[in-house]
Amino acid sequence: MRALHHFHGGIHPPSHKTQSTQLGIAVAPLPSKLIVPFHQHAGEAAKPVVQAGDHVLKGQLIGLPDGFISSAVHAPTSGTIAAIGMQPVAHPSGLPNLCATLIPDGREQWVQRNAVDYLNTSPAELQQTLRMAGVVGLGGAAFPTDIKLRIGKQKINTLILNAAECEPYITCDDMLMRERAAEIVKGAEMLRFMVDAGVVLIGIEDNKPEAIAAMQQAVTDSGMPFEVVTIPTIYPGGGAKQLIRVLTGLEVPSGKLPTDIGVQCFNIATTYSVYRALAHGEPLHSRVVTVTGNVRQARNYEALIGTPIDGLVALSEILPDCNGYIMGGPMMGIPLPTAQVPVVKATNCVIAASDMLFPPPPPALPCIRCTRCVEVCPADLQPQDLYWYAKARDFGKAQAYSLFDCIECGACSYVCPSHIPLVQYFRFAKSEIHAREKEKQSADSARERHEYRLHRIEREKQEKAEKLAAKERAAQAAKSAVEHSDEGVTK
Amino acid sequence: MLSALLVMAAIAIVLGAVLGFAAIKFRVEGNPLVDKIDAILPQTQCGQCGYPGCKPYATAIAADEADINRCPPGGEEGIRKLADLLGVDFKPFGGDTAAPKPKSVAFIDESTCIGCTLCIQACPVDAIAGAAKQMHTIIASECTGCELCVAPCPVDCISMVVIEEKITNWKWKYPAYALTPARRIAFDETTSHSTRPSKDDSQVAGYGRAPE
Repeated sequence: MRALHHFHGGIHPPSHKTQSTQLGIAVAPLPSKLIVPFHQHAGEAAKPVVQAGDHVLKGQLIGLPDGFISSAVHAPTSGTIAAIGMQPVAHPSGLPNLCATLIPDGREQWVQRNAVDYLNTSPAELQQTLRMAGVVGLGGAAFPTDIKLRIGKQKINTLILNAAECEPYITCDDMLMRERAAEIVKGAEMLRFMVDAGVVLIGIEDNKPEAIAAMQQAVTDSGMPFEVVTIPTIYPGGGAKQLIRVLTGLEVPSGKLPTDIGVQCFNIATTYSVYRALAHGEPLHSRVVTVTGNVRQARNYEALIGTPIDGLVALSEILPDCNGYIMGGPMMGIPLPTAQVPVVKATNCVIAASDMLFPPPPPALPCIRCTRCVEVCPADLQPQDLYWYAKARDFGKAQAYSLFDCIECGACSYVCPSHIPLVQYFRFAKSEIHAREKEKQSADSARERHEYRLHRIEREKQEKAEKLAAKERAAQAAKSAVEHSDEGVTK
Repeated sequence: MLSALLVMAAIAIVLGAVLGFAAIKFRVEGNPLVDKIDAILPQTQCGQCGYPGCKPYATAIAADEADINRCPPGGEEGIRKLADLLGVDFKPFGGDTAAPKPKSVAFIDESTCIGCTLCIQACPVDAIAGAAKQMHTIIASECTGCELCVAPCPVDCISMVVIEEKITNWKWKYPAYALTPARRIAFDETTSHSTRPSKDDSQVAGYGRAPE
């Protein structure tokens, strides 16, 4: 038995997980229309490589990674690209983004799929394969997996597979482990090979006994020396830094990455898609999505990327008093602008909301500095001070109080007796700081260009003056030469 | 008596030498205040302040020849930062300066452009690409939105396009939520605390905002 550690704080919200684990994962029927956004991952959007009217096959590349942190986008099924244009997407801004609209032909005709013999392939090639297969973190942040595999000089001792799934309502990883544990273990071996780690730990919260049993069985069957570790259920135990802390006792220093302390962490569903990409040559084209909340039969569906959410939730029969949808969990999820937005790679869960399930927050009251937020903060921050500075727009001070260590888990807002939306303040401050940094950079570049221009104009002026002077000198020399020769002639 | 005088004189000479050396060794080239002011200015180089660029305006402010409220692209926040730096009071924009506009970039209608290069000569940050009798185009990522290219164009083919809010440049908004009914009940209309004077505070609950 591995000795476990603790991270600071944490909360125990009601888990609401059992209602969506009664039935197995169902394959969602092919919708009549798929909307595939080109920006489904952290970093730069993919560049469209198809046009309206093109016929595409299932798994065909439609968006090419553009930039270092970027990932590919594929057609989730075979059909015709009806349009490429701006469509509403799941984003807190509610703004539209570039998407391809795909009308399926129902034939599900695959492109040529090539399995990769990963044991005899160089790390760089494997990273490129995963990048072109569009594999990104499926835990919610959608960070490209190939970037996390580019480790550089550091030595990775421990590979952690994150199966904590700490957020209430979400059960997609739980169900995936129950039903596809063997494939996950094979994917884990691929990741272990790629990061060259000695130890592999699979962290699962103790509220998922079936998943733990399935994973233990799969690990035993495979004969791999992996360790399935049962961890106590506490939110946000599935945060990468928190999970690393619980499993290894190591703390990722502020502003550093887990790789700096010899640990790398991948989500369990990501591990599964790594396996699909390498062993079957399948790009990431579908994922398991929990549909739960205010529905008649909560369930997990394997849905194609691009499946409109209204069609997906209809499978579970929405109850009449549903008043909106949340993508992700109740703690960190975002309310959807409309139900017509598509499932993307980051969509782990869709919760149908109602006033009963999520009563509107009571009006916020002044901060009484009770420091309950400090007690629960898993990043060991002082949320009440950060709130103070964010509210006063004192961003320098907020940064000095390690604002960027905040993982936006929402534990502070959850316990706040004054119902202050603390995380909203922190998000506001973070995005304002990012915007200012960007502005500063462009101002610096403008200053440099302006100064160079002044310098160039000055130089051109000087060169012109010199040329003129040289011309004059030449003219004078010629003149005096003529005079001399004239003198010679006259003499 | 004499020894005391000599000691004092010796100390004076030594200290004088140290100060003299320090004055040469740690001499500051230029005025550091100008650079600090210049760092706050938005570097649009638009000349709306009446000076030919941000640096000349910064020099004028440092020399106390110009007011701090003459930079529309910097906005009120820019004035606040300058006031902070210089230890003077915040001043709203004067009547003779243009009102701040939303950030925009120039756009050349390429079918109308005759390739006269006048805009290229006017651009303070070399953000226009083109050559004589060749079509010109704006390098949008480098354009500061100064509008200096608009006036010289003989065929009026340059327009200013406001930068739209997209997902890539979207920012989380300052949380705004309704004032608590609890407070309205808790404080009687007649007490001095019942209504707060600032409009901003009525939008957001919580204790006093730190001074801007």
